[in-house]
Amino acid sequence: MLALENVTKVYRTGALGLRKLIAVSEVSFEIGEREIVALIGESGSGKTTIGKMILRLFRPTSGVIRFEGKDIFSLRGPALKDYYRQVQGVFQDPFASYNPIFKADRVFALIREEFYPRIRRSAWEQRVEEALRAVGLNPSDVLGKYPHQLSGGQLQRFLIARALLLDIRLLVADEIISMLDASTRIDVLNLLGDLRERGLSILFITHDLSLGYYISDRSIVLYRGRVVEMGATERIYARPLHPYTEMLMESIPRIDGRWGATSHRVERSAVLSGAFGCVYYPRCPIAQEICARRAPELTEVEAGHFVACHVRAGASSSAG
Amino acid sequence: MALRVENLRIYYRTLRGYVHAVEGATFSVGDGEIMGLAGESGCGKTTLGHSLIYLKPPMAYIEGHVFLDGRELPIWDMDRMNEFRFRHISIIPQYAMNALNPTRRIGPLIADLLATRGIDFRQILPELQRRLDLVQLSPEVLNRYPFELSGGMRQRVVMVISTLLNPSLLIADEITSALDVSTQRAVCEMIVEFRNRGFVRSTIFITHDMSILYQIADTILVMYAGQLAEKAPVEAIFRSPRHPYTRMLIASLPRVGARQRVERLKGIPGSPPPLLDPPPGCRFRDRCPLAFERCQEPPPFVEVEPGHFVACWREI
Repeated sequence: MLALENVTKVYRTGALGLRKLIAVSEVSFEIGEREIVALIGESGSGKTTIGKMILRLFRPTSGVIRFEGKDIFSLRGPALKDYYRQVQGVFQDPFASYNPIFKADRVFALIREEFYPRIRRSAWEQRVEEALRAVGLNPSDVLGKYPHQLSGGQLQRFLIARALLLDIRLLVADEIISMLDASTRIDVLNLLGDLRERGLSILFITHDLSLGYYISDRSIVLYRGRVVEMGATERIYARPLHPYTEMLMESIPRIDGRWGATSHRVERSAVLSGAFGCVYYPRCPIAQEICARRAPELTEVEAGHFVACHVRAGASSSAG
Repeated sequence: MALRVENLRIYYRTLRGYVHAVEGATFSVGDGEIMGLAGESGCGKTTLGHSLIYLKPPMAYIEGHVFLDGRELPIWDMDRMNEFRFRHISIIPQYAMNALNPTRRIGPLIADLLATRGIDFRQILPELQRRLDLVQLSPEVLNRYPFELSGGMRQRVVMVISTLLNPSLLIADEITSALDVSTQRAVCEMIVEFRNRGFVRSTIFITHDMSILYQIADTILVMYAGQLAEKAPVEAIFRSPRHPYTRMLIASLPRVGARQRVERLKGIPGSPPPLLDPPPGCRFRDRCPLAFERCQEPPPFVEVEPGHFVACWREI
């Protein structure tokens, strides 16, 4: 349904934009129908940039993003509107998505104005109520209120309901539960699973691996703008291949076992090394000489399981 | 007993009246104990932690006593508390790593701070360098400006600064929540190491993340809407929680190995009551499946097993 092909994003930073920051580098992946794909990465990994490019908020520096085969940045007029009818985003801070001066349900009115100007009022109200029920809210409890009168979990569901008013097929969910409390976040997470049953695909962007594991079908692990590993979620969690993924798995605070002995490293000084070669080279415990010289390609090591590592991808596939 | 808190009541003064943020808290933290202080946003955990060291308006001291190593802390008196701050009780506030003066290098910044306590920087420098090494920072960070360091590095610098004078009590407020998982783990392990080496005697580790506490805490104190709900050793909180809130909270945590398609977890319906003029009695009762008439009265915080305290009429 959606495909990224060698997408790269370079930001200009510093005075006069003279310095370049490569936020996303040569990223390719696909999202299929009825699929929750977890995009996992730490801060600065480029996961949010990828989400924003899919929503057309940023234009890639190079590479193509296709939806149903068409380059999304070539869309104009009705075709563009049609794209937004099918692809929508929800972001981390629910309070920042609302204008505090207006009632929260204004987000629904804006959808009507923009996409359904001819629909009758009563029919529209019925649709709004259906969408609210679909996200587990009671319309009489939440309609007609200001954002500060609703909880973070309610506001976040409101935004998902807003997306459901359209003919949505892909939801970009960027850290949508990291600001919610433990007792409410699981309900929003379950909601995403229910939406998948209704035929939706979701790009679930997160830094929290246990949440990613709970809900996703496939996982993509990013490090400094590059995909280091991707594949079926259960495979990646049970048998991580990239040393970075391995380190992440070992660092998850679990509630069914304690951390083992530390095997990973934290940065010791402000000086960064390793501008060439593998992005993970400076922190990698199993790095070899080749890793400093040449960046590893993403290689398929078993059906649907890709890893970008000279050492772990095996001698046969990385030699070329 | 390093810290003893008795019937502490801290409110916030607002134009519409008092917000009952901490309602009669009574608990102790033992020597060498790392106590996790957990609860959802707005439960009063940060207010409780901050009131022990820096009780500034609009926070209002209503009643209660705090004893550290047998001496009463004059927490209601901002000036007299100065004698205790940094030397005996220290805090790492949330976002401390972003509050370092950007115009001063780390070394001079620490020297200024020590001067306020009449301590010579050069004398303490060897110890400072040893501790930086312990948190895996090279001594060259002393010559760096804060913005030259990553978030994780600044957090480690702050940890070293706040424990430099070996305080009896360290209060760490959400120090891991803005960090990546790998740095998070390193910071947590350093907190344990600081305790093991005697840099701090007792620690109150405030966080909303129960799974972090499972890794590093000895005991956990769970708060709900300004009231203490339960305090117990870590294993008891996770394996045999007694308060219905703790039970539902633990049950809502996804664990690696749990998949929605296999095992669907449940949240807690409803939301906490407003703390401006809260209802009498147990504040969890509107969301509690076990609530009965008795819950209209505030439940006492009772020791039901050695070291296991719970405030629930069903458990008494």
